[in-house]
Amino acid sequence: MKYIDEFNDPDLARRLLDEIRATATRPWALMEVCGGQTHSIIRHGIDQLLPEQVELIHGPGCPVCVTPLEIIDKALEIASRPGVIFCSFGDMLRVPGTDRDLFRVKGEGGDVRVVYSPLDALELARSNPDREVVFFAIGFETTAPANAMAVHQARRLGLANFSLLVSHVRVPPAIEAIMSAPACRVQGFLAAGHVCSVMGTAEYPELAERFGVPLVVTGFEPLDILEGIRRAVRQLESGEHRVENAYARAVREDGNPAAVRMIEEVFEVTDRSWRGIGRIPSSGWRLTDAFRAFDAEHRFDVTRIRTEEPAECRSGDVLQGLIKPTECSAFGTTCTPRTPLGATMVSSEGACAAYYLYRRMNAPTPQATRAAREEMNPVA
Amino acid sequence: MPELADTVDPADWTCPAPLRDQPVVVMGHGGGGALSAELMEQVFAPAYGNAVLAALADSAVLELGGARLAFSTDSYVVRPLFFPGGSLGDLAVNGTVNDLAMSGARPAYLSAAFVLEEGVELTVVERIARSMGAAAEAAGVTIATGDTKVVESGHGDGAYVTTAGVGLVPDRVDIRPQRARPGDAVIVSGPIGLHGVAIMSVREGLEFGVEVASDTAPLADLVAAMLTVAPDIHVLRDPTRGGLAASLNEIARASGTGVRLRERAIPVPDAVANACGFLGLDPLYVANEGRLVAFVPPSTAEEVLAAMRAHPQGAGATLIGECVADHPGMVVISTGLGGTRVVDLPLGEQLPRIC
Repeated sequence: MKYIDEFNDPDLARRLLDEIRATATRPWALMEVCGGQTHSIIRHGIDQLLPEQVELIHGPGCPVCVTPLEIIDKALEIASRPGVIFCSFGDMLRVPGTDRDLFRVKGEGGDVRVVYSPLDALELARSNPDREVVFFAIGFETTAPANAMAVHQARRLGLANFSLLVSHVRVPPAIEAIMSAPACRVQGFLAAGHVCSVMGTAEYPELAERFGVPLVVTGFEPLDILEGIRRAVRQLESGEHRVENAYARAVREDGNPAAVRMIEEVFEVTDRSWRGIGRIPSSGWRLTDAFRAFDAEHRFDVTRIRTEEPAECRSGDVLQGLIKPTECSAFGTTCTPRTPLGATMVSSEGACAAYYLYRRMNAPTPQATRAAREEMNPVA
Repeated sequence: MPELADTVDPADWTCPAPLRDQPVVVMGHGGGGALSAELMEQVFAPAYGNAVLAALADSAVLELGGARLAFSTDSYVVRPLFFPGGSLGDLAVNGTVNDLAMSGARPAYLSAAFVLEEGVELTVVERIARSMGAAAEAAGVTIATGDTKVVESGHGDGAYVTTAGVGLVPDRVDIRPQRARPGDAVIVSGPIGLHGVAIMSVREGLEFGVEVASDTAPLADLVAAMLTVAPDIHVLRDPTRGGLAASLNEIARASGTGVRLRERAIPVPDAVANACGFLGLDPLYVANEGRLVAFVPPSTAEEVLAAMRAHPQGAGATLIGECVADHPGMVVISTGLGGTRVVDLPLGEQLPRIC
């Protein structure tokens, strides 16, 4: 298939793997930031094919995983109200709140709908003037422009029955927080290609310099990921730490200026809680005062909902790359996609779910994984 | 510079309590995955379980009056009622015909029970009925009995149809999921995922560059052709809800064997691959309505493949893997790059991913 098969070519993949193997003379730990990349890595078995010296740590880049429980509870409350059409991307429906999920709200009579774009939700608001239409605006920089555009259009069209429940997060502050954590083992990053296609790469050189890590902007097909790994390892081996663009077919240095302008018009930077990790300063977006009327939290008066997350699972450790999913004692036993303890097991992009689905066959015990890692990387 | 250690104590990192039980029916209960299986095991089996039902096959095989009778029923609730390549009526006939055929039976008679919504135009009902008549004729079955109920406006999607069917199972034919054996060749009768993508494209208004038509088709004649060359077919399944992944997992679990697939061998049409790539879905989990997957003894694999390819419904038949003694109850796929991954039973319906 044109444009996709080319990035799945097994011969080219073998060549890249050979080159990575030849380049890596010592253990390196790389983090892929984006959940879409985690999914692709596991789905294609890339982590099994890499030489032992190259370890991939799965980052906090699944927007479904990091959406705080409190926001999910607010979503459930709003979606339960009569007269509301609650619109969401599909994979948020299964994320458990404190005691239920959006599927259950739908089962109990709530009008919950899966949409593919916030503009679909906008159209629903236009065609249902007597209903309140709420769109669950989650995601990284990738989904923010379209969500901003939806609000911008709602205001232009005078649609007073449209609002957003916003839980947007930003990648660079997360990288900063991960690198600042005392136990951090990450030595290089595969930066999320789709995020950079919107934002460009201007925010990254300072991070590469300050933390001494290579940041390679990477795509999502198997060859994209291998190429990102190859370049990151090459930089590490030669003692470099630059921002490199290995996804030039989609990412320009200045990103998509029109999309960035749209984000800046509608959203402003705010502190944001990340599920399992905690509050990261300046790591999110909220609607500006000019668009506050479209903020579902205020419109439906759910700002009073405050949810404490009960301590049960280690998704926080997983999201920061401190442990692999298989090192959690609940993995595959009390915590499965059917009975998720945490969102990393709920979302199809979550690292735990990816491991469970594709790796259950030969998941090593936590002890074995840890021993193998210590043997490989005594400084860990 | 933010330090996580300053903002959160790792000992306090938390997650939500699990959703172990849904107290209400959710859409996933009808998705053909783990939730559907649990509904069967926890609600229906305790209420009226018996040895025949316990086989959990697409159709029950009964001894009745000296004959071996296959008996099956299925309800059809598709939206929209008409879609590229077929309609509710086609599905209602072909679906039950295929459920019977998967036990090796020659389908003979169907029933057709309609639940119609008040306000639906009679021309719509007429179109559905005509498509059922045409599908029955093409499949060589007679619609012998039926029923009609009407529900108030707003209480149905226009029309639901439930069909049941019976057919005769030939002597010496014993086809059921429990019979899969290590060494069996795993064959799929043609390209996968077309029905699911066709429905998605019209239901969600998504365009994938080309019109994708449903693969809905009757498979009894193809099964008869396969049985002619290989009477000892072990397992047949039509991978509808939950796709190929759900069917193979059910077979692996029922037989206590493993299934090993070669990803590059699985025929996925470009349009299906594109649509799935766009939505973040896996073609292995997408519904089919005119495909079967067969487990046959390795000695007969070539003959079965040749017989299938000589038949219009099996022209695209492909060997996609084998049954193995390793990892019992699990389906494992060798990826195109040479890695492996587990293909699990879906929980409910697949959900489009955010990005």
